[in-house]
Amino acid sequence: MSIPAFAALLERLVFTPGRNAKIALLKRWFAEQPDPDRGIGLAALTEELVFTTAKPALLRELAAARVDPVLLALSRDYVGDSAETIALVWPPRAGANAPPPTLSEVAEGLERTPKAELPALIAGWLDALDAGGRFALIKLVTGGLRVGASGRLARIALAEWSGRPVEEIEEVWHGVAPPYLPLFRWLEGKGERPDPRGTPVFRPLMLAHPLGDSDLAVLQPEDWRAEWKWDGIRVQLCAGPGGRRIWSRGGEDVSAAFPEIVEAMDFHAVLDGELLVIRDGGEVAPFADLQQRLNRKTVGPKLMRDYPAGVRLYDLLFEGEEDLRALPFDTRRARLEAWIARVRPARMDLSPQIAFASVAQLSAIRAGARAASIEGLMLKRADSPYVAGRVKGLWWKWKREPLSVDAVLMYAQRGSGKRSSYYSDYTFGLWRPDGRGGEELVPVGKAYSGYTDQELLWLGRWIRNHTVARFGPVREVEKALVLEVAFDAAQRSMRHKSGVALRFPRILRIRRDKPASEADRLDTLMALVGNREAKAAAD
Amino acid sequence: MPHPETWLRVTPAGLWCEPGDFFVDPTRPVARAVITHGHSDHARPDHGAVLATPETLAIMRARLGDGRAGRRQQPLRPGEVVVQNGVRIWLRPAGHVLGSAQVCLEWRGSRAVVSGDYKRTPDPTCAPFEVERGCDVFVTEATFGLPVFRHPRPEEEIAKLLASVALFPERTHVVGCYALGKCQRLIALLRRAGWEAPIWLHGALLPLCRTYEALGVRLGDLRPATAARKEALRGAIVLAPPSVVAERWARRLTDPVACLASGWMRVRQRAKARGVELPLVLSDHADWDELNATIDETGAPEVWVTHGRDDALVHAMGRRGIRGRALHLVGLGEEDEGEAETGAAEGAA
Repeated sequence: MSIPAFAALLERLVFTPGRNAKIALLKRWFAEQPDPDRGIGLAALTEELVFTTAKPALLRELAAARVDPVLLALSRDYVGDSAETIALVWPPRAGANAPPPTLSEVAEGLERTPKAELPALIAGWLDALDAGGRFALIKLVTGGLRVGASGRLARIALAEWSGRPVEEIEEVWHGVAPPYLPLFRWLEGKGERPDPRGTPVFRPLMLAHPLGDSDLAVLQPEDWRAEWKWDGIRVQLCAGPGGRRIWSRGGEDVSAAFPEIVEAMDFHAVLDGELLVIRDGGEVAPFADLQQRLNRKTVGPKLMRDYPAGVRLYDLLFEGEEDLRALPFDTRRARLEAWIARVRPARMDLSPQIAFASVAQLSAIRAGARAASIEGLMLKRADSPYVAGRVKGLWWKWKREPLSVDAVLMYAQRGSGKRSSYYSDYTFGLWRPDGRGGEELVPVGKAYSGYTDQELLWLGRWIRNHTVARFGPVREVEKALVLEVAFDAAQRSMRHKSGVALRFPRILRIRRDKPASEADRLDTLMALVGNREAKAAAD
Repeated sequence: MPHPETWLRVTPAGLWCEPGDFFVDPTRPVARAVITHGHSDHARPDHGAVLATPETLAIMRARLGDGRAGRRQQPLRPGEVVVQNGVRIWLRPAGHVLGSAQVCLEWRGSRAVVSGDYKRTPDPTCAPFEVERGCDVFVTEATFGLPVFRHPRPEEEIAKLLASVALFPERTHVVGCYALGKCQRLIALLRRAGWEAPIWLHGALLPLCRTYEALGVRLGDLRPATAARKEALRGAIVLAPPSVVAERWARRLTDPVACLASGWMRVRQRAKARGVELPLVLSDHADWDELNATIDETGAPEVWVTHGRDDALVHAMGRRGIRGRALHLVGLGEEDEGEAETGAAEGAA
């Protein structure tokens, strides 16, 4: 029964917005499914296992051989997705009564069957399944599952299901392969904890709490170390005789997207750092540049040349086999500095420490930070060990004061999940000359947060009463409402019509008092691009 | 023998039987109407004389109010025949909702069957569809007239719902369903699956459940959800109009699971667009296979399609040598079509 059970899980995961509900569904899967299918299913969901044996064209040919072309075309037009159309229209063959395949049968079949026999094999499976099962099978064999269950979420579910701390699971995760039999044996108390040995494993990152005013008031400068909070992605570099990996904050393996970093990791250590696009001379590019490099399975030479990646190192977790995580931060920092001086790794540098004697001085440093590549400050207690997760009182993040503009609401869209009945996504714009002597609004960003529940309701009413056009789920509104929008940085962007992209835009307040004509102009925003001083002067 | 197209015509008010001078499911007020079933796109207010099954007449009175459900109501039970200006009229169950019937018409030896909305899957709340063989024209709907629509067995969908209730005992399952037919069928199916607990209803669903019970359909312990305390609804099943399951009304409940029982839930984008967490493919309309099988069983050489996806159905019939004709009746199924956009529909999908 495993493909039908997998199909049921898949369908619920796709439609379920809630994280806890997803975890509950995964827990039930682990509890109810037999080996090796539960592990194969887990690997397929987290895309550790991706089949590309069958091409979508093969499925289309199979369907074309069974279904009248006119009906197939009408169906495809209506459904809008080929895989789903084929799953739904597939006519059961009279007399076919084979049991539905299991996940392991499918995995083995795909691996072992000669290419010429693949169509008949897949057709036979489709005959044995219902519509939901066919959809899951088609997605599985063509490698396009995409259900929104991250590896991290799956490991949290494993932890909740087994009662083991998630950190323990993370440490062995990358040392086990689908269908994870030793892992499940251990989690069910039937076997030893798998030994990750030399394989690179992910150690959950140490995270920081936002610094509040009350925390700041009691901060003793001599006990704390400050660094810039760089605006890239947090990574863990893990290299040794067993291999090299770049892990993202959530423990996803992102090595393939940054081959030049992997190449530079010819050492035996585990490091914590910030992945950035760093141009010649050590200048850090805005986050928008780094985005060009994210979520790629492979990268070409042009991309590597235009957006060269580097890592600014924060911490040293392992040196060789030696685990430094229990040592105080100051000791680890000294070891890190010595290590860099000795190893001199390419494409990596040290995140500098910022000297300060008082909170007031630190505050001034934070306010004066000018580069868009800096999000603010990190404060680390001098004696803090490196511990997984967000432990209060050890590390603080102290982001810069946001920038803001007064923008005009242009479009609104319904949100998703809990906000699905509210207009909660707002596209806003600023004025610029329209080239004919007048002014026009150009969209500069989209905000999904920052408002109170009352403001959300008020905005919903306003939007319904001031709609001028509808495009599917999007409403265009009268250009009459001013929103004060806060954001962390403004960066040049070729991909936006306005030429500028905002980092973390959110609604600060609704400016009912302000006429739309008095909202800010695009020039004002452009002046803020990569330039914090403009803001400081304006204050 | 006259061809039905000479005496049964498409007019702006709907299908008109010329010699009998009456309409079937007219879309505007007329002097004489024969009504297939009580859904609002078929049973509209303010006709003169209305002929329908006793159940449909009762449903019309409940929904439209006594004053607007026809000035004169004439009940006709399946099996009985009336003659109007030489046109013989009789009804056969359509299996769609309680009281739903196909309208069979015969004039000068020429016979047409107007089936209204129908389904072939057994439904504990209404009489099963009966095939009228030997008609010259069979008039069918085609709401789900595409081969992508093959409804699963209702029992499987109910099992899916109950499995979810068992998996999430802290959450309230809110199932969107139409007030007439789907709601009562869901309740009856849940009872058959052994769900004895109270079923909680949004205020808009209560009156027709009372009408069904008055007509002899037992639905068990039903309670108003609007007055209930939030805690009482943990782990409970609440039925509500489709328009509210993903809206504020449902969100006041404990971590609600938005479910929707509709044939449209077969298509994932439809479910996604409605913000549904648990789609239940449960329809009161014939699916693709039922439409084609029914057409074949009637033996009709010609089939008229009133509304829905007529292009695919006419094409498929043509390949079997059956003459198909799309009537493009306006006003029918508009609730169904409107459903995805507004969610406010009370149609019958």
